[in-house]
Amino acid sequence: MTELWRATASRENLLKRADIYAQIRQFFTVRDVLEVETPLMTSAAVSDPYIDTIACRYHPIPGQQEEARYLQSSPEYGMKRLLASGSGAIYQICKAFRNGEAGRRHNPEFTMLEWYRPGFDHLQLMDEVEALVAPILNIESCHRVSYGELFQHYLNINPHTASAAELAVLARQHIELDMEDENRDNWLNLLMSHVIEPKLAERGAVFVFDYPATQAALAKVATDSDGQAVACRFELFYAGVELANGYFELTDGEEQARRFHQDIEQRRAEGLPQRPVDNLLVDALNAGMPECAGVAMGLDRLTMLALNSIQISDVIALPFDRA
Amino acid sequence: MCVNFAVVLISTSGYLLPIYIEIVMANYSSNQFKNGLKIMLDGDPCSMVDVEFVKPGKGQAFTRVKMKNLISGRTWERTFKSGESVEGADVMDTDMEYLYSDGEMWHFMDPNSYEQVAADSTAIGDAHLWLKEQDKCLVTLFNGNPISITPPNFVELKVTETDPGLKGDTAQGGSKPATLQSGAVVRVPLFIEEGEMLKIDTRTGEYVSRA
Repeated sequence: MTELWRATASRENLLKRADIYAQIRQFFTVRDVLEVETPLMTSAAVSDPYIDTIACRYHPIPGQQEEARYLQSSPEYGMKRLLASGSGAIYQICKAFRNGEAGRRHNPEFTMLEWYRPGFDHLQLMDEVEALVAPILNIESCHRVSYGELFQHYLNINPHTASAAELAVLARQHIELDMEDENRDNWLNLLMSHVIEPKLAERGAVFVFDYPATQAALAKVATDSDGQAVACRFELFYAGVELANGYFELTDGEEQARRFHQDIEQRRAEGLPQRPVDNLLVDALNAGMPECAGVAMGLDRLTMLALNSIQISDVIALPFDRA
Repeated sequence: MCVNFAVVLISTSGYLLPIYIEIVMANYSSNQFKNGLKIMLDGDPCSMVDVEFVKPGKGQAFTRVKMKNLISGRTWERTFKSGESVEGADVMDTDMEYLYSDGEMWHFMDPNSYEQVAADSTAIGDAHLWLKEQDKCLVTLFNGNPISITPPNFVELKVTETDPGLKGDTAQGGSKPATLQSGAVVRVPLFIEEGEMLKIDTRTGEYVSRA
């Protein structure tokens, strides 16, 4: 008999995890944010080219008339449809699923906390994220630095204007890797994850904001004080670990449809799997979603970091290889 | 894909027939990487010391590996794209008995098959400081040739030369150099005499106790 039946998280860690869940629910109860649930098994999938949805099969009659369903990779689309339906401020704690994401800090099935605040922009939401995580991580406050400043500081390059070729040269100076790519964002992500993130560890908790406009995903695009187009997007890093991703949400249905199309094109060009896009999200935005900011946070990672652990299996009772 | 041909001589009715056996090394995809996996990189066998899956929420997936070159001993970081595959290395760790050195090569024997291999000074590295005939060592073979030797964690070696011991000084601090039968020079307590057997930790090169 192997030891694979046994939980990898200690009872002490599971207690801490449950305590963090209780703190989160208390936090949102006090602030009048409604706890909701949206489907885990959906008819459409996320469009992000580098998030691969796990497909599953639904049979209206057992064994017959198979229909494709997709395990959600984030509750974003469903929650936005609730916002457009008039839900007001909402939060959700749910499982999310992603193909291929297994490692020390990844589990293909993980727990996400996601919330939306009508009337907030991303800067106000950063303050609220800070208010939630500071007591859990036992920190005073979070630093705030723009994506541009970060690249200027650590790599002496302007991430908004540098060409793919320039970024490739820079990446190869720091990273030994066999890669050819004309997509600037792939080089930026590589430099961010391999060079900058490890250095952020010494800064404690850091909000990075004003991402390149090409990395807006579902965030609005605005112009910064230098006249540079930037995404109204932020991420929170703690101990060099990516912990949360937030947007001042795109509410323009036509722009949303255009970005879906762009993702489909990129998937086609790179030979990535094609999945049905969520036209119901586009319909919801066209019907009118309130101006709002939203953020998604990895709860396994939050718990891991609160416990000063370095591997997610310390806080997931039965991780993927034992699931 | 790495293909090695081994020539094996098979005896049938008095004749020796050469038979070519094809040894095909497996390829490993980035998702199969794990600590201890031996692969070929730029012609050298390397071992994975630490494997980390790196993927920003919205970005591409990579596997960042701390590698050790098993020939040069150099460690460094190498990043692989998701799905990138590499060729496995025919590297094997074997327990072998140290026989002798002819001044140029160090000879080892597999105690089960009695097969002998000879390691050159590059493969031996600092291990020669701790070798004593008949001690068991870990011999790392690449395509059948030794590329590194790991002596036992603890060895017992005789002192061949040291300053005379100080009588009565058995507990107080203070140390002096002593040359051991293998040629290594270690710091030992003042009371140690020539001819004594000492227990040495080969990982640190430090004196542990009298043997």
